[in-house]
Amino acid sequence: MPEAANMMTLDWNTIRIALGGAFCLLGALLCIIGTIGVLRFPDVYTRLHAASITDTSGAGFVLLGMALMAPDWIVIVKIVCVLIFLMLTSATSSHALVNAALTAGLQPKIGPMRKGQPEDEALP
Amino acid sequence: MHLLGILLAATAFWMANSGHYESLMLGFAAVSVVLTLILSLRFKIVDREGSPYVRLLGFLGYVPWLTWEVLKANWVVIRACLRADLDISPALVKVRTTCKSDLARVTFANSITLTPGTVTVEIQGDKMLVHGLYEANTVPESFIGMDARCARAADPKGAAA
Repeated sequence: MPEAANMMTLDWNTIRIALGGAFCLLGALLCIIGTIGVLRFPDVYTRLHAASITDTSGAGFVLLGMALMAPDWIVIVKIVCVLIFLMLTSATSSHALVNAALTAGLQPKIGPMRKGQPEDEALP
Repeated sequence: MHLLGILLAATAFWMANSGHYESLMLGFAAVSVVLTLILSLRFKIVDREGSPYVRLLGFLGYVPWLTWEVLKANWVVIRACLRADLDISPALVKVRTTCKSDLARVTFANSITLTPGTVTVEIQGDKMLVHGLYEANTVPESFIGMDARCARAADPKGAAA
């Protein structure tokens, strides 16, 4: 009877591994989406917006997944530290990059982009 | 006073990260903490900004709201990345902040940058140059709420810094 009960109820250890894996996969997917955005957007400023998906939600979900799969609390503390430092430094480095681009005299493209990519228009 | 704050933070950080509590390891911990204190004294960073614990509660209230904002903004940029035709319309706007202290201004600027779709390009006094992915979302009015929350979380009560 106890064995049957064990089969029925999912214990937390099983759930957290599965859930952590799912979160890691979601984070990886978001990183890929961010990369697609970096490749598609037209200039430095807009590409940085796409890269910030990878920085915030991509890294955030991967770290959340790893925290769920962590074997003990000391690993969780370290992951939380990584998360805090990543959030502080990624914003600062993005700002430094954009500020450097503006200081170097690179003009951002302003206003609505044309429908369709230049590559699309080259096709017959 | 501020030195004590850094001492406590460094000790707590070591304790939380190591997980070893033998006497040899604790000795190494003491040495590294003292070394950190000496270095921060030499850098002259032992001041109010070096140990901002008074405003920790304000920040703890601010972080969940910011996380939710970041997630909402992520969704917008993800859709922009994957849409078949590129419909972005980048814009540069000037945003005026009501934050008084440097810490609050940095918090505000970093929050804008951390939110996907908006980046702080330049800060001059209380004016910030913000680059946004969508013209409609990047108007000065859309930052008023974040500005007020940053001022409440990080500005010292009453006195201007």
